[in-house]
Amino acid sequence: MEALLLSVRLAVWVSAILFVIGLPLAYWLAYSRWPGKFLIESIVALPLVLPPTVLGFYVLVAMGSRGPLGKLWQAAFGHGLAFTFTGLVIASVLYSLPFTVQPLVASFESVDRKLLDASAVLGAGRLRTFYRVILPMSIPGVITALVLSFAHTLGEFGVVLMVGGNLAGATRTVSIDIYDHVQALQYAEANRMALVLLAFSFVVLSIVYGLNRRIGRRVWSPWPAK
Amino acid sequence: MAGEVSAVLQVHVARRNAGVPSFQLDVAVEVLPGITILFGPSGAGKSTLLDCIAGLLCPDAGRIKIGEDTLFDSQNHIDISPQRRRMAYVFQSLALFPHMTVKQNVGYGLANLPENERLSRIDEILRAFHVESLSGRRPLEISGGEKQRVALARSLVTLPRVLLLDEPLSGLDAELKSLIVADLRAWNVKQKIPIVYVTHTREEVEALGERVIVLDQGRVVSQGYPHAVLGAPRNRKLAQALGFENLFGGTVLDLSQVDGVMRVRLEESATEIEVPLGYAAPNDRVKIAIRAGDILLADQRPQGLSARNVLKGKIAALEQRGTTVIVRVEAGVTFTVHVTPSAARSLGLAAGKPVWIVLKTHSCHLVGE
Repeated sequence: MEALLLSVRLAVWVSAILFVIGLPLAYWLAYSRWPGKFLIESIVALPLVLPPTVLGFYVLVAMGSRGPLGKLWQAAFGHGLAFTFTGLVIASVLYSLPFTVQPLVASFESVDRKLLDASAVLGAGRLRTFYRVILPMSIPGVITALVLSFAHTLGEFGVVLMVGGNLAGATRTVSIDIYDHVQALQYAEANRMALVLLAFSFVVLSIVYGLNRRIGRRVWSPWPAK
Repeated sequence: MAGEVSAVLQVHVARRNAGVPSFQLDVAVEVLPGITILFGPSGAGKSTLLDCIAGLLCPDAGRIKIGEDTLFDSQNHIDISPQRRRMAYVFQSLALFPHMTVKQNVGYGLANLPENERLSRIDEILRAFHVESLSGRRPLEISGGEKQRVALARSLVTLPRVLLLDEPLSGLDAELKSLIVADLRAWNVKQKIPIVYVTHTREEVEALGERVIVLDQGRVVSQGYPHAVLGAPRNRKLAQALGFENLFGGTVLDLSQVDGVMRVRLEESATEIEVPLGYAAPNDRVKIAIRAGDILLADQRPQGLSARNVLKGKIAALEQRGTTVIVRVEAGVTFTVHVTPSAARSLGLAAGKPVWIVLKTHSCHLVGE
């Protein structure tokens, strides 16, 4: 139970941070005309194809007592970053970044450019256009982004194991807990936790797809458009 | 600020569109207060020109001024943002914000006004365009004509210095269109701003325009009063755009300087017609444009007419479209003739029937390529 609560706490933090980072990043990716934009797009999408252990390995090295991030953290807060909850949050933010940014970019791009032109001619600056036109018209994309980043963080395993280790109450998330139970041949406990995750993931995805259908356009999904 | 009202819009812009190497916009025009029609075939550069004026596109070179206020000047590196140009632009798609009510849409450009002034301005403009009863509805819940009124109201409530309209009334029937234009004119009696109205249909030019500017391939090819401009097209593409249904190639046979006419043989046929004298010599190839509505049909050889061209022919096909009967008459070449349904009935027009075509010399226009 402690593991499940920890996972939820992690997922809430990660989705909240990703939402704050994701909005401006997605706005920039959707509207920038910088020719090197594709490089940033590739970096953002990297966690989709990279094995979690690879990402986790580099994050661990960076956060270690001799890594740049680890040293900085040690100097500022007097303790290390690796194998802590904070370290886990940072690693998870990186790992779930595309799940926030891609649905946001897709829905920002689907806003009719003429509406943005109309807003500009009517005197609205970029910020006002964003809050009054782009964001309200991208609500399904925003919900998709939040739900996907939350669900994805909740279920991750590889990165957590690499960066967080397995400390009860600090870094032992539900997926690690399941792994532990299986290793100890406690199949009943493993099954209970696994079922909770399975049910939760199904409900979340049903909400996202149902919402996309109701809105009448595909905001984002990992499957190619029909 | 009040002094700027009824200022003239001066536009001198050059712009090469990315990706279309052959297209270059190069236009210098002055737009006076009142409605000026910007007319031309699609691809002529009309929307590009409007985007440049509004500041949504940046010209490569040129100058844009309203009265004494410079909005764009490539030499002095002035480029006022669209937000600060105080212009209104109604797009063909109207671009109403779908998530806002009519009232919120109309109030969008008034963000800087105090609440009570904002509301009174919104009420006033909604009444002027007869959409006050719709203020709580969203764009999806109102008709096409209502949307167009709301889009106009949203643009004009900001008291712009110039109004740009990109085919805003396309898709409306003529009656509804003229009602909306009447409201627009009534509004402009007080404001006296230059209104640039883009269209590619001739009917709109004749119905709306106080002046017309004709654009083709990025250049101004003609400007002036609608009748003068539309009556005598200078080139073939324009003639097509203007709805000259008959375009024939021909060979000049002889010229009569005294009478101001010349004889032309149409295409490779034996049909000869008399047309106004043009800059041509015998054996030159010329193009002749004739409007289908300018051709008369007779069911027997007409006598005692001033018209110089009377050709015998035979009806090849007949088709009624709306209130116009389109008749194709084979007379060496195939003429397209428009008559009213009642005329078609009283003459007993039918395929295969022999008829005479009557054509005034001055209904035949010489056009360049």
